[in-house]
This record gives sequence, C-alpha cells and structure tokens, in this order.
Amino acid sequence: MSQSTSPDDVDLIQLLTPTGQRVDRPDYSPRIAHLDATALRGMYRDMLLTRRFDTEATALQRQGELGLWAQSLGQEAAQVGSGRAASPQDMIFPAYREHGVAFVRGLELTKILRQFRGIDHGGWDPKDHNFHLYTLVIGSHTLHATGYAMGMQRDGVVGTGDPQRDAATMVYFGDGATSQGDTNEALVFAAVNNAPVVFFCQNNQWAISEPTSRQSRVPLYRRGQGFGIPSLRVDGNDVLACYAVTSEALERARSGGGPTFIEAFTYRMGAHTTSDDPTRYRSAAEEQYWRDRDPIDRLLALMKAEDAVDDAWLAELDEEATAFGEHIRTTVRSFERPSSDFMFRNVYAGPHAIVDDERAWFEAYQRTFVDVSATAGGH
Amino acid sequence: MTTLTLAGAINAGLRRALENDPKVLLMGEDIGALGGVFRVTDGLHKDFGGERVVDTPLAEAGIVGTAIGLAMRGYRPVCEIQFDGFIFPAFDQITTQLAKMHYRSQGRINLPVVIRVPYGGGIGAIEHHSESPEALFAHTPGLRVVSPATPADGFAMIQQAIASPDPVLFFEPKGRYWDKGEVDLDAAAGAPEGLGVARIARAGTDLTIVAYGPTVATALKVAEAAAAEGTSIEVVDLRSLSPLDTATLAESVRRTGHCVVVHEAPVFFGAGAEIAARITEACFFHLEAPVLRVGGFHVPYPVSKLEHDYLPGLDRVLDAVDRALSY
Ligand SMILES: Cc1ncc(C[n+]2csc(CCOP(=O)(O)OP(=O)(O)O)c2C)c(N)n1
Repeated sequence: MSQSTSPDDVDLIQLLTPTGQRVDRPDYSPRIAHLDATALRGMYRDMLLTRRFDTEATALQRQGELGLWAQSLGQEAAQVGSGRAASPQDMIFPAYREHGVAFVRGLELTKILRQFRGIDHGGWDPKDHNFHLYTLVIGSHTLHATGYAMGMQRDGVVGTGDPQRDAATMVYFGDGATSQGDTNEALVFAAVNNAPVVFFCQNNQWAISEPTSRQSRVPLYRRGQGFGIPSLRVDGNDVLACYAVTSEALERARSGGGPTFIEAFTYRMGAHTTSDDPTRYRSAAEEQYWRDRDPIDRLLALMKAEDAVDDAWLAELDEEATAFGEHIRTTVRSFERPSSDFMFRNVYAGPHAIVDDERAWFEAYQRTFVDVSATAGGH
Repeated sequence: MTTLTLAGAINAGLRRALENDPKVLLMGEDIGALGGVFRVTDGLHKDFGGERVVDTPLAEAGIVGTAIGLAMRGYRPVCEIQFDGFIFPAFDQITTQLAKMHYRSQGRINLPVVIRVPYGGGIGAIEHHSESPEALFAHTPGLRVVSPATPADGFAMIQQAIASPDPVLFFEPKGRYWDKGEVDLDAAAGAPEGLGVARIARAGTDLTIVAYGPTVATALKVAEAAAAEGTSIEVVDLRSLSPLDTATLAESVRRTGHCVVVHEAPVFFGAGAEIAARITEACFFHLEAPVLRVGGFHVPYPVSKLEHDYLPGLDRVLDAVDRALSY
C-alpha cells in the first residue's frame, strides 16, 4: 500500500462510512440536515452520469476519436460534493479532471472533449457557468483563482450579508500540485489578502507514478495550516462530507472570513491518462482496496438503507445514462477539424502585422495546392 | 553496431554515464519506477537506485534549483523536464542562476548541469506538449543548447553533455524517439567540445538545408524527393544552436549558393533568423538567393488537428527550396 497517511486518520472528516452508514458529527451534520431523499438522488445522478461520461470518453479515446483522456474515475464524490456546495455566482477554477464539477456547474460535458480531440484549446465560455477553462500547467491556476478572489473583494461582493450577492472562488488541484511554487505563492497571497478563495486539493494519492509521500511528509492539509489558512482533511469518497466542509468554507469566504484549504482524501481509480500504465508503479491489491471503497456505491448503500431510492428510479436513471452515452458518442464523432485559419485567429485582440502576413501567405500557399492538383490539404 | 531507437540510445548513454561517474545523478518527475513518460530512463532506477535516479517533487524550479546546489557540491545532475511546455516554472533558475554562476564567480564555480527536454510536435498531443522553446535558451549567454537527431548522436551527445563543464540544455525531439538507427555502444563518447560541431547528414551541390533535431529527418526526405527531380540538396544537421558551427554552415553554403533553414519553432525571432544573418554575413557574395526560413507561425502551438498545417512538413520545405532555386 502506498499511502503515506492512513485514510483512517482521526482528523479525517467523514459523514458516511465506506459501507454507507451515517456518522453523526455536531460540527458538520447540521450542514447536510436539509439534504432530503430528492437531494441525495440528485447527488447520485450527478456522480453516475459523470462516471458514464468518463467511461464513454475513455472508450472514445481507445477508438481513436480522442487524442488523450484524463479520467475522473473514483473522484466523483469529491467533485460532486464540493461542486454542489458552490453558488452560481461563485467562480470555479478547475485543473483538468474536474468533469464532475463541470457537470454540476451545468456545462454541456461534450465541450470538454473538444480539447481532448485536438480541435480546441478551451471549449467553452468560462463566463457561462462561472467555470474557467481547464489548466494543464500544474498549479498555475491557483494564482489566477487567488487574484480573481482579490478582484471579488474589491468589487464589494464579499461580506455584504446578501446571499444572492456574496461570492467566492474555488480552485481545484491535485496532491502533486502542492509542491509547485505557484501553488505555494497562491497560499501566501490568499492568506495575506484574506482572499475569498477555497483551495480544494483532491489528494488522489498519485501524481502520475509518484505517491504523495514524494511530495510531502505531512498530510497535505497541514501545509495550509502553515500558511495561516484554516485547513482540514475530508474523506473525498464521502459525498456528504465533501459537501458539508465545502459549504462551510465557501460560506466563510463569501462572508469575508478568508481562505480555506481542503484536502479531500480520495483515490485515482484509473490511469493518470490514457497514455499511462499504472501497472508499472502500483499494485493490483491497492487498486482493489479502493475499488471496494467506490464513492458511488457508498451513497447508493445509504440511499437503499434509508429507502431514498427504488428500483424504478434506478432503472430510469440507467436509461438516462444510456441515452447520455449515445449523445456523447454522436456529438464527439460530429466534431469537425477546424479550418486551417483557426490557428491564426485570436492570437491578439487587435491586428498584428506578422500574424496577418503569415496568415495571408499560408492561405495563398494552400490555394496553390487546390489550383495545381485540385486536392487541398496533404501538406 | 546495435539497432536502437533514439529513446533507447539516450537511455544507453545515461546508463553509461551513471556507470562511469558516481557523481552523475538523474532527477525529474516520474523518471523512477515509471522510467519517465517516454521511458527514456527505463530500468535505470532499478539498476542504480533511488539515490541516483531520483523521483522529485512536482516542481520544475525546485528540480533545477536543487540541481544547481548539487552541482556546487561536485555532482553532475541530469534533470528531466517532462515536456517542453513545463520548463517555464524553472525559467528563472535556468536563466538568472544556472546560466550566470560561472560568470559571476569569475570561473570559480562550474555548474555541469544537463537539462533534458523532450520537445517538438507532431505527436497529436494537447496544449503545452509540443512546443519548441530552444531559441529562448540559445538567446541566454552561459547555456549550451543542443539537440540530437539520430540514435547515434543521442548516445554520444548525452554523454558529452554530461561531461561538459557548462550547463547544457539537451533538447530531445520526442516525435523521433521511436525512430531507429545504428549505434556503436563500444565507441567512446568523444570530448565535450564535440557537442558544438555540425554534421553533414547528406552531401549535395545545389542547395543547403539547415536543420536540427526533429527537422533533420524532414530535410533528408526533402533531399530524397528533390533528387528524384534532379536537384542535389545538402543537409546540415546543426546538432548545436549554442555554440553555432558557423564554419561548417558557411563552407556548405559557399558551395551551394542557396540555403533554407528549417525548424519547428516559430520563424519570427527564431533560431533561423540568427542562422540566416550569419550565413549572409559569411557568404554574401556566394549567395544566389536570400536565405529562406521554414517553421512554425507566430501563433501559440495550435490544436493537434491543425499541427500539420503549422509544422514545416515535406511540401512546405520543398516550396521554399523551389523559391530559393528559382529566385
Ligand atoms: C508544470 C507542470 N509540470 C509537469 C506536468 C506534467 N504532469 C501532468 S499531470 C502531472 C501529475 C499531476 O499530479 P496531481 O497534481 O496529483 O494531479 P492528478 O493528475 O493526480 O489529478 C504531471 C507531472 C505539468 N502538466 N505541468
């Protein structure tokens, strides 16, 4: 087993055991008291459809429809629980596997696949759902999130007491990202500015092939404490606990109480990406250990125990997932290669003589192929 | 002679360096059990252990910054940056510290640090995984900047780079990692000074194509295609951008009178501009056409579905060859 820190840690905040029994905590249980059967089913649906999306995307990559895929498999509770705690006016900065958060924000998920198909570097308008583009350079967006939160402070949308108005920022990153200079600087800036930003670290225990023990000798949430930021560790496979701690942290940020660092202890059940081969660095036994702690099964066990779900509803959801899968496959297959001039667009907001010249040259060059051989492309 | 891929040849060169000098250390992200995302360090962690083949925390500034300190203690660190686009967190350490320490200390401190960077495109990757930032480093005094194009050079040059008393940016054309070639594993690596010497990859008389790293293979294909039409092209594989082997270049272009420079990096303010200017100065009266450049456009590396429009492929280089010859 690779864990540098045990998931049975006494500091681990849990409201649902791996077998789906509720844990009563005076500090956090009140935060989920309003989640009735409908809300639980909503969470379950979010997690299940996120997984369906992930499974479809993985298959599409195998079929050559995508260049690469980064799975969210196993991290659905951390993503859906935290994402559901955010308000529409909150701004989210994801890393690159936050498909569950994207789903909760209302993003049409196939837009994510544009980047992985190699036809777009982004794929959506971040303003539409207050959900920024994916960032691939590890840790760099933690600073953007902090600066964005500093902007919120200046715009008077923090601490007004109006729940429709008060806003915060939340940024997602992995255990590996905690080593990066940018991430540490973001914690410094957030702390000294008391910025309304929640640092949501999904410790999935692996940064490609490196276990978290290569990044830190203390549990990651204690890093946040060192910066003077309230920090905690939550069971990242417990959707209720993730919801509870994130809603507390966002509330504190929106009300002017400053940043929080959340370490969600979870597991990357899949490969790092479809290019990765985890058999080179971790054991099948470890993978099995975490498969037995699947976050989706955990919530289902609770719902069944509390009669929050019946077979008819599950069958309906199953049908919805099947249709969703079909939609994903047909949408991705319909995504066309952009025309060549796409690469020259939007390099600058205004005209730029060099780009304009090169674009004109390239267009003329392409026409020579059409004229001479009547076959475009091929160069 | 042994047939090896470029990745395999660099692996063999690293192994040789680890065997020959106990001060050689490899450091980088995922270079241990995984063997690096391109498997260039495959098996080395197993054979030399975690003290010499070090899986580092995920922090490029940390990798290069600590390599500087290790070098000050007499070690010879070989850092791996996982992809070209991820070298920038280390840019400060490389340009303000690594490049200048020898100068500032009046030669009292040597920093024999090698930074290996898989670079270049054509592999269908997402953003930040296909870039060619070599000119940024060649523009920085104090750094040597090289790029092997063949397995034989990969094997020899990595050893020369490690033996070099200066910091070396070692750019590995990742799109050519699986290209095979003959490597003499018994050959001595040669002195580190050999790093700066260009190679005539193919002799010719009508035009010189100057290439390095990933574009050498492209240039050779162009020469092949042109030969079928009766044009004789010479291909110079630079191997090194800093220093630049101006003598070999000038000698070639004086003979051919025509020159086309090819690199994947954007042409605007790229290595080709420096090369063209030097050739023009050295060969002005021998030139029958301006030195032409073919490379990337002044745009961020595009989405992968368009990368073959962006990259200097066979047709675009042939087009430049035609323009130069019909000038
Ligand atoms: C600055 C930088 N260096 C290296 C990489 C290559 N890389 C991509 S993902 C990754 C591991 C990230 O691990 P972690 O932060 O734990 O997130 P996870 O992928 O597990 O979600 C690495 C090293 C990168 N994207 N950016």
